[in-house]
Amino acid sequence: MTAVDDRPTTEIGTARRRKEDRRLVTGRTRWTDNIQLPGMLHLAMVRSPFAHAKINGIETAEAKGAPNVIAVMTGHDIADIQGVNITAWPITPDQKSPDHLPMPLERVAHAGEIVAVVVARTAAAARDAAELVDVDYEELPAVLDLKAATTDEVLAHPDLGTNKSAFWQLDSKAGGTGGDIEEAIARAREGGIVIEREYRQQRLIPAFMEPRSTVVDPTGEQVVMWTATQAPHVLRFCIAATTGLPESKIRVIAPDVGGGFGGKLQSTPEEFITLAVARKLGKPCKYTETRSETMVSAHHGRDQWQKLTLTAEKDGTVTGLKVELLADLGAYAALVGGGVPVLGAWMFNAIYKFPAYQFNTTNYYTNKTWVDAYRGAGRPEATYAIERLMDELAAEVGVDPLEIREKNWIKHDEFPFTTVAGMTYDSGNYEAATARAKELFGYDELRAEQKRRRESGDPVQLGIGVSTFTEMCGLAPSRVLGSLNYGAGGWESASIRMLATGTVEVVTGASAHGQGHETAWSQIVADRLGVPFDSVEVLHGDTQIAPKGMDTYGSRSLVVGGEALVRAADKVIEKAKPIAAHLLEASVDDLEFSAGQFTVKGTDKGIGIGDVALATFAAHNYPEGVEPSIDADATFDPVNFSFPHGTHLCAMEVDTETGATRMRKYVCVDDIGNIINPLIVEGQVHGGLVQGIAQALWEGAEYDDQGTLVSGSFVDYTLPTTADTISFVTDHTTSPATSNSLGTKGVGEAGTIASTPAVVNAIVDAVRQFGVDDILMPCTPERVWKAIRSGGGTQDAATTPAQQAHFDEGTPNQDPAAGTTDGVVQ
Amino acid sequence: MTRITVTVDGASYTDEVEPRMLLVHYLREVVGKVGTVVGCDTSNCGACTVHLDGRSVKSCNVLAVQADGREVTTIEGLATNGELHPMQAAFHENHALQCGYCTPGMIMQAVDLLNENPNPTEDEIRQGMEGNLCRCTGYHNIVKAVAAAAGASERSDA
Amino acid sequence: MIPAAFDYVAPTSLDDALAALAEAGDDAKVLAGGQSLLPILRMRLNAPEKVVDLGRIEALRGVRDGGDHVAIGAMTPYAEVVGDALVREHAGLLAKAVETVADPQIRHRGTVGGALVHADPAGDVGAPVLALDATMVVVGPGGERTVPAAEFFRDLFETAVDDGELLTEIRIPKHTGWGSAYEKFVRVSHQWSIVAVAATVRVEGGSIAEARVGLTNMGSTPLRATAVEQALVGSSASGLADACAAAAEGTNPPSDLNGDADYRRHLATVLTRRAVQKAMEG
Repeated sequence: MTAVDDRPTTEIGTARRRKEDRRLVTGRTRWTDNIQLPGMLHLAMVRSPFAHAKINGIETAEAKGAPNVIAVMTGHDIADIQGVNITAWPITPDQKSPDHLPMPLERVAHAGEIVAVVVARTAAAARDAAELVDVDYEELPAVLDLKAATTDEVLAHPDLGTNKSAFWQLDSKAGGTGGDIEEAIARAREGGIVIEREYRQQRLIPAFMEPRSTVVDPTGEQVVMWTATQAPHVLRFCIAATTGLPESKIRVIAPDVGGGFGGKLQSTPEEFITLAVARKLGKPCKYTETRSETMVSAHHGRDQWQKLTLTAEKDGTVTGLKVELLADLGAYAALVGGGVPVLGAWMFNAIYKFPAYQFNTTNYYTNKTWVDAYRGAGRPEATYAIERLMDELAAEVGVDPLEIREKNWIKHDEFPFTTVAGMTYDSGNYEAATARAKELFGYDELRAEQKRRRESGDPVQLGIGVSTFTEMCGLAPSRVLGSLNYGAGGWESASIRMLATGTVEVVTGASAHGQGHETAWSQIVADRLGVPFDSVEVLHGDTQIAPKGMDTYGSRSLVVGGEALVRAADKVIEKAKPIAAHLLEASVDDLEFSAGQFTVKGTDKGIGIGDVALATFAAHNYPEGVEPSIDADATFDPVNFSFPHGTHLCAMEVDTETGATRMRKYVCVDDIGNIINPLIVEGQVHGGLVQGIAQALWEGAEYDDQGTLVSGSFVDYTLPTTADTISFVTDHTTSPATSNSLGTKGVGEAGTIASTPAVVNAIVDAVRQFGVDDILMPCTPERVWKAIRSGGGTQDAATTPAQQAHFDEGTPNQDPAAGTTDGVVQ
Repeated sequence: MTRITVTVDGASYTDEVEPRMLLVHYLREVVGKVGTVVGCDTSNCGACTVHLDGRSVKSCNVLAVQADGREVTTIEGLATNGELHPMQAAFHENHALQCGYCTPGMIMQAVDLLNENPNPTEDEIRQGMEGNLCRCTGYHNIVKAVAAAAGASERSDA
Repeated sequence: MIPAAFDYVAPTSLDDALAALAEAGDDAKVLAGGQSLLPILRMRLNAPEKVVDLGRIEALRGVRDGGDHVAIGAMTPYAEVVGDALVREHAGLLAKAVETVADPQIRHRGTVGGALVHADPAGDVGAPVLALDATMVVVGPGGERTVPAAEFFRDLFETAVDDGELLTEIRIPKHTGWGSAYEKFVRVSHQWSIVAVAATVRVEGGSIAEARVGLTNMGSTPLRATAVEQALVGSSASGLADACAAAAEGTNPPSDLNGDADYRRHLATVLTRRAVQKAMEG
C-alpha cells in the first residue's frame, strides 16, 4: 500500500518551505494591477444593467468631453479588431453557439455585458466619465431559469431559434462497456430498489481573491499583454485566432496571479477590449475590475439540475445508474463551457461496479452570466450525485453508508479496472483509505453519540456524512480530447537549461497561480539532476520565456507537466553523458549517473553535471558529432488520466430549533499517489475542502426575476471566514499512479470534489429521522429548518425546554418529496 | 486637492490628493506601496489591511485625507534589516499562503491580533481573523501560523 | 471603487462642525467612522458635495461616568466601547452587542454614534441602546436637545437627528449588576445580523425582576419587545419559553436570501429565549 521510493531521493517527499513565499509575505509582489507604464491610460467599462436588451443607441459625447478623457468607444469603434470570445469545446458537431463579441454591437444577453469603454488619463476620470455615457436600451424578454429555458418560450438568443445548445450521451450498452440501463431499471422496478432523485447544483462564483486586471503595451514590435490569467498560452492562441494579430506578434505574461480555481482560464471580453483599445490608441492601457464587476462578468461555475435513477438488488448491490443533466451555460458558450458537464460523464459511476450506465446532458442558454470551469469542473457535480445517492441507497436498505459502499466498490486487488464508463482505473485502495479515515474520525464513537442525541431528543442532532470519492485528473490525453471534439491537446512541455555557473533554469508551460510550482518543480529537478534545490530557478507564465504550454487547470500541472520535466531532465543526462565520457576519457557505456555525478564504473573517476555544463559552455573540448549543449526540452502527452481517490468523513451538528449547522469534525484520507511536497499537498487539500464545504453550506449566485445578480458582492455572496471553519484532520494512503513515472495523481481539486456531498450527507443524516431526504444547497439554516418542519419533525419554538425536540424515532415517514425544499427562497 | 503629510513605513510623504482618494489608492498609486492590495469593494475581504497609528484598519475604508498627520505601517514595513517579522516567518514556515493575494492583509491583521492578545486560543484566533478572506488555504494553516507566531514570541519573552 | 469627487472638511470643534454643516446644507454627509459611509460612496450609491469629517473633534470621543448613567461620546470607536471598564460594568449588554459588529478592523474605525445615526436596521448598536433606555444628545444650530432612544429611530436609515444636527453623546442609565446577552444569528461571521436579540435582566432570588429586550433586523428600525419584557417578570430559567413566545408579535421583518419574514419571526422567539437564558446566567 505505501509506496517505497527506491530512487536516491532527498528532495521528493520533503516538506520544503516554498520558494515563492519570501516575496509574497513581504509585499514584494507583481500583480498585474501594480504595473505602471509611461503614458498609460486607464479603462472603465460601461455595463448593461439589463439581462437582455437591444442597444438602440449609445450617446458618448458628454463622456468624451469630461476632464482627462481620451476616448470613448463602443463595439462599432473596435469592430474590426476586437476578436471573438470563442468556445474551444463544441461538444457535438451541431452544437448551437451564439457569437460572443467582447463588446456586442446590437444586443446584450446578460446583465454586466460591456457596451462601451471609457479611456482616460486616470482610473478616477475614467470612472467619472463612464457615468456620463447614456445607453438607450430596449428591454427584451429574458430567460433566467434553467427549466424555463428548456421550454423555449422565451429565447436567450432569438436568432438561434432555441435555447438548447447541445445534447451529449454516454451509454454503456452502445459503447460496449456495460449493459442496457433501461433493462436494469425495468428489472429493478419489478423486484429491486429504484432510487430516483433530482439534485440541484447551484450556481457558484469562483471568487479568486485578486480581481482580474489586464495591461496592454502596444508600443513595441510585439504587443505585450500582462493579465491575471491561468492560461497565457491558451489566451494567446485565442487572440491570434480571432483578432487578426499574428501569434508571433503577441506576448502574454501572467505575472503573480492571485488565485484562479478555473475562474481565470477564460479568455475574456475585458482582455480583448483592453487589447483593442490599446491598439487603436497606440498607448499602454490598463483595466482593473472592481469586485462587483468580477461577480457579474467573470464566468460562474456549476448550475445543473441532475435527474438520477439508481437501481439495485434488494441487498443493495447496484445494478444501474442513469444520469440526465440539464446544464445552464449562461448567455454564451465559454471556453470550455459546454464541456464542463461532459467532464462528469465518466465519474458518476465513481468507484462502484455498475453493470449498466447511461449519462445524458442537455445544455441550455439563459440570460445570465456565462458558466465555465470552477474547481473540479464536472467532477464535483458527478461526485455529489453519486455520493448522495449511495447514502439514499444505504437508508433504503437499512445499512450503514460505509457498508453499502464497500459492497459495491472496486476491491484493491481488482486494479487495473475498466469501469462501465470505459475508463481504466490504474490503481487505488478504497479499503485502506476508508479504514484509516474511520480510525482518525472515531467513527464508532460518533455514531454512538448520534444515537444518544437521537434517543434523548437533544435539540442539537448529530449527523455523519460519508464521501468515498474518486476523480479523473491530469487533463488530458490529446487523442481523447480530439475524440471529444475539444479544440486543443492536453500535453505539457518543459525545458531545462544548464547554466555555465552551475545553476539550472527550468521552464514549464504550466502556469502557476498559487500552487507552488516553483518549489515542487525545483524538488523534482534537484533529485533528478542531483543539483541543490536552491540552484534551480523555475520560470513560467510568459509566452516569450515559456513558449509552449497548456497552462494550469484540471489538476494537470504535476501529473502532465511534472512528467515532461522528468523527461527533460533525463534528456539532459543523456546529452551530458557523451561529453562527460569524453572529458573522463572513458566509454559512454562505462558511465553511471547518480546524485549529480557521472562516474566510471569500478573507478573513482567522476565529474559533476555542473562541471559538464561549464565544459559544454566553453565548448573547448567535446566529442565529434555531438552538439555543444546539454539543455533539453520535452513534451509529454499522457496516455491515460490519473484517478486520485479518498474517504472523507464529516460530522455536522444541526440545531433543530433554528436550522443552524456547525461542523464538528472533518477527516479525509486521500490517495493522490506519490507526493512530491507534503506541505503543498496539505495546503491544496485544506483549501479544496473549504471550497467544497462552502458550496454545501454558504455559497450561491442568486438572481432576481429581473436578471440582476442579487449576490453580487462579498456582502451577499457569503464566503466563509476563519470563524466559520474548523481545522481538519488529513492523512494519506498511497497507490502510485502508473500513468507517469513520478507516480503522482493530482490534488488540486480533490478536496473540493469530495467534501460537498460529505457535508450534505451529514446534515441529511442528522435530520433523516424527521422524514427529510434532501436539502437544497447551500444548506442555509432557513432551508434546514424548513426541511425539518415540512418533514414533520419539529414544533414551533414557543415550547418549554421540557417540550423541546420530542422527535420520536417513530415519526411517520414522509413522501420523499415532502422533505425537499425545492423552490424555497428562490 | 488637499495637502497631506503621512508617515508610511517610517518615511514621511507629503502630497496633494483629492479628498475622495482612498488610503489604499494613495499607498499603491502615490507612495508606490503596491504590497497592499485591493480585493473587494465592500470592505469584506481585508486584503488591504494596514496599521493606522498602530491599529489594523481596512485601507479601502479610510480616506487618504483622514491619514493626514498619522502613521501607516504596511506589509512592506514589517521586516527589519532584511529579517522577516515573526509573523511573516510563521506564515512561510506553516505554509499559510498559496496565491499570496490575501497574505499582506492577513499578516497585518494577525500582528494586530497578537498585539492585543499575545496568547490567543484557536477560537480567539479564528474570531480575530474574521475580517480577512482567503480563497486558497481553507484557513487551516493561517490559524496554525498565527498560533505558532504567538508561541514563538511567548518563548522569546520567557 | 472610486467615490465621486467631493469637498472635504475636518473641523476640530463641534461649533466648527455645525457651521460647516450649515454652510453645506442638504449636500453634506457627515463622516464619523466611515465604515458604512465609505462603501456607499465607493459604490456611488450616494455622491455628496461635501463630507464633514468629525474624526478630529477630540471632545466627541471617550466614555465618562455621568453619575446615574454612562456617557459615551458619539465618536467613540466600537473597539473602545467594547474594552471600556465603565461600559462593561454598567451597560454590559452594549459591550456584548458591539463586540459582534463586523470584524476587528471595522471595530477599530467605526463609531457607535455613526452606527446609530446611520440606522441600518441590521446594525447591532440600535437594539441594545433601545433596550437600555438610553438618552441621545443631539446638538444643532438651535442648541442641544435630548431624545429618548425610544423616539430616536424613525425608519430605515432615518433618525431623530435632522439635517444640520449631530449626535454627540449616548447616555446609558446604569444597569449595574444586570445580566446580559446578545444573540446574533448569521450564516457567516462577517455578515450583518439576520436577526439578533439584545437582552438584559435583573435577577432576584433566581427569577427575573426586570427585563429589557431589543430586536435587531425585525423591522425597519430596532424594536423593543415590551410584551416579552413584562411577561418575563417573575420567570425562572426553566420557564422562559412561554414568556418569549410573543417576541415576534407585531414585527415586520424583511425577506431576503438569508431568510423570509416567517423564518425571522421564528428565529426571534428562539433567540429571545436563548438571550434571556444567557442573560440570567450573567
